[in-house]
Amino acid sequence: MTTVEEQLLPSAEPVCLIGQNGLPHEHPSYELPTKEALLDGYTELIRGRRFNDQASALVRQGRLAVYPSSHGQEACQVAATMVLKEGDWLFPTYRDSVSIVSRGVDPIETLTLLRGDWHSGYDPYAHKVAPQSTPLATQLPHAVGVAHAARLKGEDTVVMALVGDGGTSEGDFHEALNFAAVFHAPVVFFVQNNEYAISVPLAKQSAAPSLAHKGIGYGVPGERVDGNDLAGLLAVLQNAVDKARNGEGPQLVEAHTYRVQAHTNADDATRYRQDDEVTPWLDRDPIQRLTTYLEQQDWLDDQTRERAEAKAVEVAGQLRDGLMPEPEVDPADLFKHLYAEETQQLREQAAFLRDELAREEA
Amino acid sequence: MTHTKISMAQALNQALRDAMHADDTVVMFGEDVGALGGVFRITDGLTAEFGENRCFDTPLAEAGIVGMAVGMAMNGMRPVVEMQFDAFGYPAFEQVVSHVAKMRNRTRGRVQLPMVIRIPYGGGIGGVEHHSDSSESYFAHTPGLTVVTPATVADAYGLLRKAIEFPDPVVFMEPKKLYWAKEEVDLAEDQPGIGKAVVRREGADATLIAYGPALPVALEAAEVAAAEGRQLTVVDLRSVVPFDDETVCAAVRRTGRAVVVAEASGFASVSSEIVARVTEKCFHSLAAPVRRVTAFDIPFPPPKLEKYQLPSVDRILDAVDDLQWEDS
Repeated sequence: MTTVEEQLLPSAEPVCLIGQNGLPHEHPSYELPTKEALLDGYTELIRGRRFNDQASALVRQGRLAVYPSSHGQEACQVAATMVLKEGDWLFPTYRDSVSIVSRGVDPIETLTLLRGDWHSGYDPYAHKVAPQSTPLATQLPHAVGVAHAARLKGEDTVVMALVGDGGTSEGDFHEALNFAAVFHAPVVFFVQNNEYAISVPLAKQSAAPSLAHKGIGYGVPGERVDGNDLAGLLAVLQNAVDKARNGEGPQLVEAHTYRVQAHTNADDATRYRQDDEVTPWLDRDPIQRLTTYLEQQDWLDDQTRERAEAKAVEVAGQLRDGLMPEPEVDPADLFKHLYAEETQQLREQAAFLRDELAREEA
Repeated sequence: MTHTKISMAQALNQALRDAMHADDTVVMFGEDVGALGGVFRITDGLTAEFGENRCFDTPLAEAGIVGMAVGMAMNGMRPVVEMQFDAFGYPAFEQVVSHVAKMRNRTRGRVQLPMVIRIPYGGGIGGVEHHSDSSESYFAHTPGLTVVTPATVADAYGLLRKAIEFPDPVVFMEPKKLYWAKEEVDLAEDQPGIGKAVVRREGADATLIAYGPALPVALEAAEVAAAEGRQLTVVDLRSVVPFDDETVCAAVRRTGRAVVVAEASGFASVSSEIVARVTEKCFHSLAAPVRRVTAFDIPFPPPKLEKYQLPSVDRILDAVDDLQWEDS
């Protein structure tokens, strides 16, 4: 018999089903995902990595204002969406573009925010992906609201709410977990702990034994998983999603991973961390690890590799083709979308801008 | 056509009840709004009538309340949330400014948030610190919000029904000192929509522009002025955003003089915006600079000092007297 408190506590060590050397680990509570799931995941990882690296390249070419890359965190990114059903919702942060694309959103529409021609480029209802949230953790109470509304409507929706390690310090993280627990809302709070909030390391962010331990204060079960192990992530997140769907209330999952690149291209990581801290994490790369395992199992045939590469080439091509031309913007858009019915004042201001532009052209 | 004598609090309660009957997606939540019926009893009986799924208490966290309402509105509901007091709404400010106000614009209209944030506001009830703020200017300054405030019992009902039916988020400011004032009203009578100001009293000499808790004071001042031989028009804004320039400016042009009456501190406020707009649009009709009667630029005082802070009939009459009559 375990106490209620023990049931809420995460595993002593992050769950890991495929170790750094590519060898499988036995785990008392979690099973390795199927071959099909791992091969699908492999393809998504290869595509996700290419998306990250192509987007970063386009920043250097001036086609994107900025890109917060999830390079090295791709296993978290793709696992978060692979465990969802069609009717489920994803609430991403600004670093979760790969997750959004993995969910099926058009890559160019995903990057509208960072290209700068609008705040959010995709239709949130098309793939049930909320707009990327820039203010930290503020999207989490929204996730609770979507989940609670679904429950009131009798729908079996689960909401996957993404947040980073820094975001867990925000008040909205606390309020969202508390509300979700009190209302028994089917939300999986998925913390990608990549050790850094821009320049501030985790040790200065929290004194908790782990971020997954934060769940116990709300009555929310916590679990921790190796964030560079796709197999472990799929097993742990699927378990959390299933529990939430089955009426067991919200779940908190912390993935231990690492931001191997700077916060964005505008950041200089050498100001706050040493290379010898980063280097070991390069050996823990999620793609390398899964590839080693799949090769050992003799599951990675040429056809799978070619399919993954083709998808990667396709997404890179989409980014280059879609982002190279200067986007067309319409100043009239500035006034159109604030209200269902434009106010008289906004009509006047739109007319002012229109006249000003007409005079400039004349 | 049945006229009943009810208070503003009862009218708001009836509006919520009728809206919840009319539309299954309307849900009401906040602090103490369930069994207690709200500290001002605005949600009295709703949980008993509609059940815990339609009117419910939340944990004590205003950002959580407003944030959850955003998510519920995204997913097909029409949430109405209560901030227990004006100053208790400040923890939700980030949600209001960063998401409630911006979601529609951010998504090019794809995500609409039909939600209402009810805020009992203003002084005059002898409340402790943090229970008497006039916070409307913060919201009015934020593009994307609609900000309304009733000053009559009929408007409390009519505007709340319209706010709940509105496609966009509405900050619904309830002047708490008017909660208990009773009027004979016919709730079935349709009221002007959101965005429309109403002339409550016609008079040829000057215009008082007021809203929310300041309106009854302005009307009383107009009554006294009439007895002294000066006829004042009184405009009730009702809707701070959208602002009804047409009705306000028409009244000012007819009378050539204007005083803005507001309970909030004057600096960088709704009242200063009104003065700016009226001056810009009606300058050639004005016989005197537009005056203001507002609160001082100080934190809301303790109960025994609040009378010095609130707009009074005398201050309004003094301001009217100051409108350079001798020059005309």
